[in-house]
Amino acid sequence: MYDVPHGRNEVAVTDVKITARNVQVYYGDTHAIKDVNVEIESNTVTAFIGPSGCGKSTFLRCINRMNDTIDICRVEGDIRIDGDDIYDKRVDPVQLRAKVGMVFQKPNPFPKSIYDNVAYGPKIHGMARNKAELDDIVERALRRGAIWDEVKDRLQSPGTGLSGGQQQRLCIARAVATEPEVLLMDEPCSALDPIATAQVEELIDELRQNYAVVIVTHSMQQAARVSQKTAFFHLGNLVEYDDTTKIFTNPEDSRTESYITGRIG
Amino acid sequence: MVLFAFLLLFGATMLAYFVNRRAALSMRAGGARLHSLESFHGLFAALSVLVPVFVGILFWLVLEGAVVDLFMLRGLPAGTFDGLDSGASQLIVAEIKSIAGGRVFGTPEAWKIEAAERLVRYHRIADWLLVALVAITAAILLWVARRSVVEQFRARQGAERIVLGLMIFCATVAIFVTIGIVFALTFETIKFFQIVPITEFLFGTSWEPQIPIREDQVAAEGAFGAIPVFLGTIVISAVALFVAVPVGLMTAIYLNEFAPQRVRKSVKPVLEILAGVPTVVYGFFAVLTVAPAIRQFAASIGVDVAPNTALAAGGVMGIMLIPFISSFADDALSAVPRSLRDGALALGATRGEMMLNVLFPAAIPGIVGGVLLAVSRAIGETMIVVMAAGLIAKMTINPLDSVTAVTVQIVTLLIGDTAFDNPKTLSAFALGMMLFLATLIINIFALRIVRKYREIYD
Repeated sequence: MYDVPHGRNEVAVTDVKITARNVQVYYGDTHAIKDVNVEIESNTVTAFIGPSGCGKSTFLRCINRMNDTIDICRVEGDIRIDGDDIYDKRVDPVQLRAKVGMVFQKPNPFPKSIYDNVAYGPKIHGMARNKAELDDIVERALRRGAIWDEVKDRLQSPGTGLSGGQQQRLCIARAVATEPEVLLMDEPCSALDPIATAQVEELIDELRQNYAVVIVTHSMQQAARVSQKTAFFHLGNLVEYDDTTKIFTNPEDSRTESYITGRIG
Repeated sequence: MVLFAFLLLFGATMLAYFVNRRAALSMRAGGARLHSLESFHGLFAALSVLVPVFVGILFWLVLEGAVVDLFMLRGLPAGTFDGLDSGASQLIVAEIKSIAGGRVFGTPEAWKIEAAERLVRYHRIADWLLVALVAITAAILLWVARRSVVEQFRARQGAERIVLGLMIFCATVAIFVTIGIVFALTFETIKFFQIVPITEFLFGTSWEPQIPIREDQVAAEGAFGAIPVFLGTIVISAVALFVAVPVGLMTAIYLNEFAPQRVRKSVKPVLEILAGVPTVVYGFFAVLTVAPAIRQFAASIGVDVAPNTALAAGGVMGIMLIPFISSFADDALSAVPRSLRDGALALGATRGEMMLNVLFPAAIPGIVGGVLLAVSRAIGETMIVVMAAGLIAKMTINPLDSVTAVTVQIVTLLIGDTAFDNPKTLSAFALGMMLFLATLIINIFALRIVRKYREIYD
């Protein structure tokens, strides 16, 4: 029924990277996320699916505390990465975000050169002691972003001049340049054409080797193609969380089944 | 009488609207399929009565005086103006007019009184003629408009075309007035440069715009070198920008990124109030508060400064420009897409780093545009410098010295007796022309930069 490539959905034995317990999110008076519990594993692609407004992006933004930048947003509950509470008062969200990279729905390269886009994170975190090291980091990141071959001859041209798909891979390279442990992707392919989407999906599967990848997607086919674990959100609730193959072939909750068969959503 | 003509026109307009609307309505009720809705038929009729008659009345009012004068002059005894120059004959006409207005001085000659009576009579005839003409043309137009109500008539397009014409007219009024001002400036400026060579004006370093009234007066020749005056304007503007740019930018950055919602909500309106303070109020703030404070402070550290320093005038002008720059910069920063902020924050940038490395560079064209507009406001600003800056043009760039500004000189040159045949008065126009060109060039640059910036982010 779904286009599921072989091998991608096999779940290896892995450690738990992120644990969320009783997470509640409020926007002003709106209760956007209700009591979410989830364990996200490292070296795994975890997909969040669900209809629009179900809270999947909001929950994703809790993991790197991007919701802190929204004044009216309030997060309760307990989210731990490697056992450390990320909402602890002693945690600096700035350092947390270096550890938890994020890629957005729309490619958002800075109006700088390709090189400076990628070098920005390493620069502000003081990761390179000299130009040569920085060059190394940039090249490595661009290679991981699977865009090195396309841009290696024009590193100084503006990042905004690339095509949509290239821009998104540049943004992924930018995110991995700070050596994060978790990579959050908020509908990374929704602004891309099918060919660029295929390239990014390919890339997501490779990134799994090094990171815990969490991807929010509207496309169930995409979730089925790239993820090993899938969480289905509905009206702010985490309805079901299981292996992707299980969710798509034998869901336990009737709402999940309705959604993946296209009856709701 | 003129008021009556306008009332008549207004009545005819209303009548046209309702008559045609009703006619269209009744045609619809009779089962006809009209092209346009009835309100468009009404609107078209109203406009086609109002616009031509209104324009006609305006022309009449502009030309009436001249034509009536002409008739009156024809009736004067032959040879009245023989041997008189234009000034003297204008004087006679003015006297007749003032007699006609009821202001009689002494005992005028009989022919003047008679001419005045005729003038009054002609005006009365002209007024009645106006009312009659308005009534007749309005009636004709009403009839024509009423005839236009037929099934196929495209009243909507007709009305839209008339409204479009009105809009075009309004849009060009300001442009034509500006062109007119430029022409006026140009002619006086050319007259000035016929007396004072342009090279002396542009490169002279001494500005003493006085003209000897008698041949043997000691004051002797004036000097019209504009450099010290422009230097004064530059010094004052530089001081103003030195105050306004950093403070304005910091304000904008704080309000845009760091201020809590509550602070932002209360500070922004206060800044807007600051932008609304009349410049004359800033002027006496500069004269009565800032200048003495500077003088006292300088005295306390043993420096003697002039009572009207460039620092006081420029500093207060800077305060005036703060809201201008901060609101421009705030707009520019807000226009940077949210996704760029998120992108930087998600990489672990602090708000400060995000502002400095991402938002600010992305917003810089808009900010520069705002600063350039502020520059052109600073050099054109008049009231503060008239009150707080000096009058003597000095070749100095010391902000603690007293300098004058271009606008100050223009004001002083045009106050009091003006004679449009001597360089003292005419030099004001040359200065105005230079100022106009300078601000024009800066504004063009600013708008170009702002536009370029828009192209990138929309």
